Amino acid sequence: MYLARVTGRLVASHKYKGLEGVALQWIQPLDERGEPQGQALVAAAAISSGPGDLVHFVDGREGALACPVTFVPVDAAIIGFVEQAAIGDTLLDREPKRG
Amino acid sequence: MFLADVIGTVVSPVQIPILDGKKLLVLRVLFPDGRPSGKTRIGIDSVQAGVGDRVLVLDEGNGGRQILGDPKGAVKTIVVGVVDSIELHGRFTYGVNAQPTSPAPAKGAKSR
Amino acid sequence: MLIGKVVGSVVATRKDEKIEGRKLLVVQVHNHRNQPVDQYIVAVDSVQAGSGDMVLFATGSSARQTETTEGRPVDAVIMAIVDSWDLGGANVYEKWQRA
Repeated sequence: MYLARVTGRLVASHKYKGLEGVALQWIQPLDERGEPQGQALVAAAAISSGPGDLVHFVDGREGALACPVTFVPVDAAIIGFVEQAAIGDTLLDREPKRG
Repeated sequence: MFLADVIGTVVSPVQIPILDGKKLLVLRVLFPDGRPSGKTRIGIDSVQAGVGDRVLVLDEGNGGRQILGDPKGAVKTIVVGVVDSIELHGRFTYGVNAQPTSPAPAKGAKSR
Repeated sequence: MLIGKVVGSVVATRKDEKIEGRKLLVVQVHNHRNQPVDQYIVAVDSVQAGSGDMVLFATGSSARQTETTEGRPVDAVIMAIVDSWDLGGANVYEKWQRA
């Protein structure tokens, strides 16, 4: 499981069956300082997240288990909001830093 | 499985039900000699680990679901042990017997 | 999941019998800003995608979680055809863009 920031939404009206109604969102994985770590990817949202939110997500087949129908080809799913992450002296908040 | 240092905690008020009441830890993934590998993970605590602990982390869904007792849980990364000591190439790199001398001090290694 | 554009197809007469009859498409990966990157994958199609389509694909064991790929030696599956996406509120890709 990883920390990530939701960066955008993706619309796909033609999806594999079982994925209807599942929101797809762009996420950028973050490291311990809140800096981008690796490539941005698309994840299925199992919670009502939206762009700007700090979240945690799971990759691999476990991503499908977070979806309403679990036999679906999903390899990443957003599974929780992060209200705050305390890492040493650093605090990552749910809202992105302004300015 | 991999080794990691617990460097923080995550507060998550809204999440999938299986994670309710579980403590989430921010993990700095390490090489066996204690050097950070540059990766950051979030893990579910199952052994009362806390910030500053060096831990053993399971990163595989089936085993993780067995530990949490839910065959359908969307879980993968679970902290399954608090490390007492690590021996690498005949040398203790972590723990009470740690020998943080040659060839290079293992960063983050400390005796407890 | 990652997105990419279908740039071709693969025909293989001699292949594992378990993947006979499966449509294999070549996908060039695009990043979240819709720039093509130098990364290509061959994926099995599960949503009737075609050449030129922007698609979403899942990899790893998740790719075997469709009726077309279950229990077959497949590690990438196209599971959605992308209509549009936005990043930070700005539209990045639109399938039905007027010429």
